[in-house]
Amino acid sequence: MPREDFERNLKLVQDEVVQLSSMVEKAIFKSIDSLKRRDLGASQQVIDEDDIIDAKQEAIENRCIDLIALESPMAVDLRVIIAAMMVANELERMGDYAEGIAKISLAMGELPPLKPLIDIPRMADKAVDMLRRSIESYVNRDIVAAKGVFHDDDEVDEMYEQVYRELLTYMMRDPTTIQRATYLLWVSHDLERVADRTTNIAERVMFLVTGKTEMD
Amino acid sequence: MVLEKKHMKNADAALTAKNLNVYYGDFLAIKDVNMAMKRNSVTALIGPSGCGKSTFLRCLNRMNDLITSASVRGEILFEDLNIYSDKVDATEIRSKIGMVFQKPNPFPKSIYQNIAFGLKVNGFSGDIDEAVERSLHQASLWEEVKDRLDDSAFTLSGGQQQRLCIARALAVEPEVLLMDEPASSLDPIATLAIEDLVRDLKAHYTIIIVTHNMQQAARVSDETAFFMVGENRSGYLVEHDDTQRIFTNPSNEKTEEYITGRFS
Amino acid sequence: MASELRPVSDRLRRKRTYRRVLGGIFYGLFLASVCVGIIGLVVLLYEVLSNGLPWINWQFITDYPSRHPEEAGLFSALMGTVWLMGMTALFTVPVGVGAAIYLEEYAPRNILTRVIEINVANLAGVPSIVYGLLGLALFVTWFQLGRSILAGSMTLSLLVLPIVILSSREAIRAVPDSYRQAAYAMGADQWQVIKQVILPSAAPGILTGTILAMSRAIGEAAPVIAISALVYLTFVPAHPMDRFTVLPIQIYNWIARPQDEFRGLAAAGIIVLLVILLTMNAIAVFLRNRYQVRSEE
Repeated sequence: MPREDFERNLKLVQDEVVQLSSMVEKAIFKSIDSLKRRDLGASQQVIDEDDIIDAKQEAIENRCIDLIALESPMAVDLRVIIAAMMVANELERMGDYAEGIAKISLAMGELPPLKPLIDIPRMADKAVDMLRRSIESYVNRDIVAAKGVFHDDDEVDEMYEQVYRELLTYMMRDPTTIQRATYLLWVSHDLERVADRTTNIAERVMFLVTGKTEMD
Repeated sequence: MVLEKKHMKNADAALTAKNLNVYYGDFLAIKDVNMAMKRNSVTALIGPSGCGKSTFLRCLNRMNDLITSASVRGEILFEDLNIYSDKVDATEIRSKIGMVFQKPNPFPKSIYQNIAFGLKVNGFSGDIDEAVERSLHQASLWEEVKDRLDDSAFTLSGGQQQRLCIARALAVEPEVLLMDEPASSLDPIATLAIEDLVRDLKAHYTIIIVTHNMQQAARVSDETAFFMVGENRSGYLVEHDDTQRIFTNPSNEKTEEYITGRFS
Repeated sequence: MASELRPVSDRLRRKRTYRRVLGGIFYGLFLASVCVGIIGLVVLLYEVLSNGLPWINWQFITDYPSRHPEEAGLFSALMGTVWLMGMTALFTVPVGVGAAIYLEEYAPRNILTRVIEINVANLAGVPSIVYGLLGLALFVTWFQLGRSILAGSMTLSLLVLPIVILSSREAIRAVPDSYRQAAYAMGADQWQVIKQVILPSAAPGILTGTILAMSRAIGEAAPVIAISALVYLTFVPAHPMDRFTVLPIQIYNWIARPQDEFRGLAAAGIIVLLVILLTMNAIAVFLRNRYQVRSEE
């Protein structure tokens, strides 16, 4: 088969992107979970493990650069490699958001949470679901699934609006809650950003398959 | 079916092939090519060996006339005239559509005489010295040879000889320059020099270049035409589009197969 | 040593020795063949030189033949040879080169061309006396040119024409096709390509071929004898229609004489002939080398 080595390397890059996405998934989950349960040790772990995520993204990027330099990829091969690089980049930023959430968890320290966390974990579940589906659409080259993820972002934006309004109400009623409310605001903001980045991944999938960047 | 790019206005096309079929005896080497080649731009012809790209190139200046078994059906339009019509003199066409070959082939004469040859043969009545200098400038060779114009052409390196052949072709002031794998016998540095030259030349000439090096086609051309071997070993045109599109997102599956090297 | 690194089987070793011995035998045989040729040549040269050298002097070259050996010279034969060669070249070169150009550049690849080619090659092998008889019948008698240098040179032309045609064709064929392609691609028509590209490149080869043809013609006694007869001339030809004699004839004349001294004279004549031949060949080789170096860079 022609270019057997090259094919294998392309597959390898894709597998690594999938691995990175699962690492990021776990990080997001763990950061929200440790926030909920007030497990400061777990939060610290998320912060430490972000280095591993960064290293993985860098490894993927370097492999892609090597492939471009050495294999002169054209057309769909070129798009596959570029897409892998960009998706890895998005994943790494998502990992940073998970780290941010974990840092907030540490900053909150021994303070009790402002309110029982319901909406925020729901946002997190939705964001992680979008991440999972966007990576699936990447692996399966499925533009229908990608478009689906793209449109789900509206839902997450609404949830964010809701959380924002609720927290504002708290802060206006009782100024002493401002610090804790602000922390939670940051967390939901980070989750909204995570969901947003999954739509970027969906756009890359469109680009990979069709060579165009417009959705629809 | 041929994927021809967006309709090009006639004035923009320097050369147009219409229903071109080329036979060597009974063997159909090229089948039904329809293609418009844009003026003042570089069009690359790519494809696997035996796909007919060199044969097609040689039709554009009627060099196939020299092969007794070759017969050409269809038309090649140049300046609103079919160059294969009986009214057209092949030697006159060749002074308007020049050619550079794969292996540099300077005459066993001096550098000056090589360039003056085309002028003399076409009855040039102006200042030959000036024309020689102009051609050498155009081929980016003047500085290197200006002090030794009477030296034999064979004292030049391979890359310089090829530039000399380009200067020689340019001396008769053609409108179109056909290049048949001009850099394939040269080392990488000389190759890049030729590519730079091609880029400079397209401002004044229309260039059609056959190359088996896809990266070269990608670097140097504005439009690319992909030829392929079809049934009965006849070559045909598969796709012709902007180079940028062909190499990032071609429309035809076969083009993509060839470009990504999955063609075997 | 390879034999220490890997034990070679006994059968392989024996075969190798056998091949080596066989190689040595063949080498010896080929060497012997060369020696036969060389020895023969050396003996011949020795004979000629020892007999002829004493007779070589300026007077020999400039005197006319005479019944007295001491006064005999070969001036008339020498001049006759020069005249004959000059006029032969005059006929042969244009016709031979022209034919070669036609066959290589113009003739279509069909049966008629093939027939012509085969016949030209065959003509090169026809015995020279046949040409002599042809010349006698055609030029001397029918064209009524008499036993003149004109008739003789036209006959010799026919004889060496195939050689010139063949070698000119080779020279033209040796011109790289890439030159033709380059010339046509610039808008040259066929005659321009031939005149300005092919002929200049082929010229050294054509020249060499012509000289070699001439050096073959110089030694041909049979056709010249048929045309001019075994004459004993004491004058130098003054115009093309004159009678003439050539070196081979003069040499034969002397060999036929009974006196021993004439044998020496004949040897001397052979030396002169050989010198001329060697010079012509040397020029041909020199020219070929000089132009080959220039064009094959």
